Amino acid sequence: MFSKLPIILLSLIVAAVVFAPYLVHYDPVSINLDEIKAAPSSGHLFGTDCKGRDVFARVLYGGRISLGVSFMAALVSLGIGFTAGLISGYYGGWIDTLLMAVVDLTLAFPSLLLAIGISVVMPPTKFTVMAAIALVGWASFARLIRGQVLKVKEMAYVEAARSLGAGNLRILATHIFPQCLSLGLVILGIKFSGYILTEASLSFLGLGPQPPTPSWGNMIGENRAYIISEPWMVLFPGLAIAATALCFNLVGDYMQEKYSNYRDQQRRS
Amino acid sequence: MFAYIIKKLALLVLLLLGITFITFSIVKLLPGDPASGLIGQHADPDDIKRINRALGVDKPFISQFVGYVTLLAHGDFGRSYYTNRDVLTEIMRKLPNTIYLAAAAMTIAIIGGLALGFAAGLRQGSMIDKLCSTLSLAGLSLPVFWSGLVLIIIFSLKLRLLPPSGTGGIRFVILPAVALSLPVLASIARITRSSAIETLSMPFVRVLRAKGLRNWRINYIHLLKSILIPLITVVGLDFASFLNGAVLTETVFGWDGIGRFTVDGILKRDYPVILGCIITGTFIFVVVNALVDVSYQIVDPRVRMVKR
Repeated sequence: MFSKLPIILLSLIVAAVVFAPYLVHYDPVSINLDEIKAAPSSGHLFGTDCKGRDVFARVLYGGRISLGVSFMAALVSLGIGFTAGLISGYYGGWIDTLLMAVVDLTLAFPSLLLAIGISVVMPPTKFTVMAAIALVGWASFARLIRGQVLKVKEMAYVEAARSLGAGNLRILATHIFPQCLSLGLVILGIKFSGYILTEASLSFLGLGPQPPTPSWGNMIGENRAYIISEPWMVLFPGLAIAATALCFNLVGDYMQEKYSNYRDQQRRS
Repeated sequence: MFAYIIKKLALLVLLLLGITFITFSIVKLLPGDPASGLIGQHADPDDIKRINRALGVDKPFISQFVGYVTLLAHGDFGRSYYTNRDVLTEIMRKLPNTIYLAAAAMTIAIIGGLALGFAAGLRQGSMIDKLCSTLSLAGLSLPVFWSGLVLIIIFSLKLRLLPPSGTGGIRFVILPAVALSLPVLASIARITRSSAIETLSMPFVRVLRAKGLRNWRINYIHLLKSILIPLITVVGLDFASFLNGAVLTETVFGWDGIGRFTVDGILKRDYPVILGCIITGTFIFVVVNALVDVSYQIVDPRVRMVKR
């Protein structure tokens, strides 16, 4: 039960966010001065904000940005991390030393501070947030993938492939890469909730997409002043972040457990 | 031991140099060149060239970097664009507040994390275990700025127990410290649970039981000892999460530390302030991690043996 529930909930969240236009008929951006600060009701499930916009609609549309940015950032950091890790582990030598020095350096920064440093040099948009998260996040992938490559490249079947005349690229792509994929996905599962929280933090600080475009983080930042009288404007986007991050954490934990069981079995056989 | 520490120190210096290199690259990437910032974009191009030369901006990259490192080594982080105050002086004034907040949060995280972790780990698979494990996962999933706001709503606005914002004594520090501690508390709870479970299955625990040792002595003295190493690791690593979190919690609670200073800098695009805070935060993190590495030597005799 503990393993299925988060996946079901997560599918619901993703589906709601993807099909937002079919689920709500309110516009997330246009201002409606007749319905300012309305409390949650059957008409406005999550109430309305200080400009009369439906909070439920904004949470759904904001999720498109928050989840989309986190997802893209994950893909990019997975891509960079895999490339660096494969090259570093397979070729070794000076390129390995260089890449791992960059990895150490990246991991030496508290992640949010580095992401802030990267964000301030670019204009505040969703691409900036994505780039900042990816440029911070690739390092842990690179280090772990490298470790895996070091183990895999010593295996007999790799040597067999080489003696049959396979080139470096072919060995990397068809023999080593598949052996790293499951590890990469497990790391992704563990890290993904962190991406969502970083995206939310950067948006909250005003470094992400600018109002009126909604994202979960900037909705909280924008409506902070109203927590006394109209707390729903801040509560619901935060719940969306927390619920999504929790689901990903549960899924990540589950993946990690399965993976380490699988590894134990392989070692025994 | 000495050789080890000297090697660590050399690595530390290299790391710090690398960090300044990255922040320097950020400075170079910032939009606008200094001269047009000083005299306006529509000034005479010759004047702009002359000022850039006077500021040394036309020199090769490497010699500019050397100049930057020299400035940092002299404690010159530049001046705020807005208040014209020396950035390092401001940081030094605000840093004690951040350390005070972080220490309070760390105390809460360690006590709460150990309690939650023990409660779960000693009764593996029970309802209490499931509850504690889910709670700690939830703690990892909450955005600290949001949990801070929720704490304000509950404890300041509804119950009127604690002040919602401001810097000061114990009444002021409780709410921000709790908000800041949640993710670290959660990860301490998780690590405590797993290492309690692991240690309880070890033969030496059975020996202790066979010798007739009371349960509480096993649980609270022998288990605590074995949890010390992973605990130090988590505390060291999660120091970053405190620095990250301080940026957000201090903003939410109006706490006068370097986290809020960073955010004020971001809002005004006050680059010397932002970079000064990033450098300070990262240096602190790197030094704390080096200290954690060295402390393994003291805490765990096995590490000491291997290194020799």
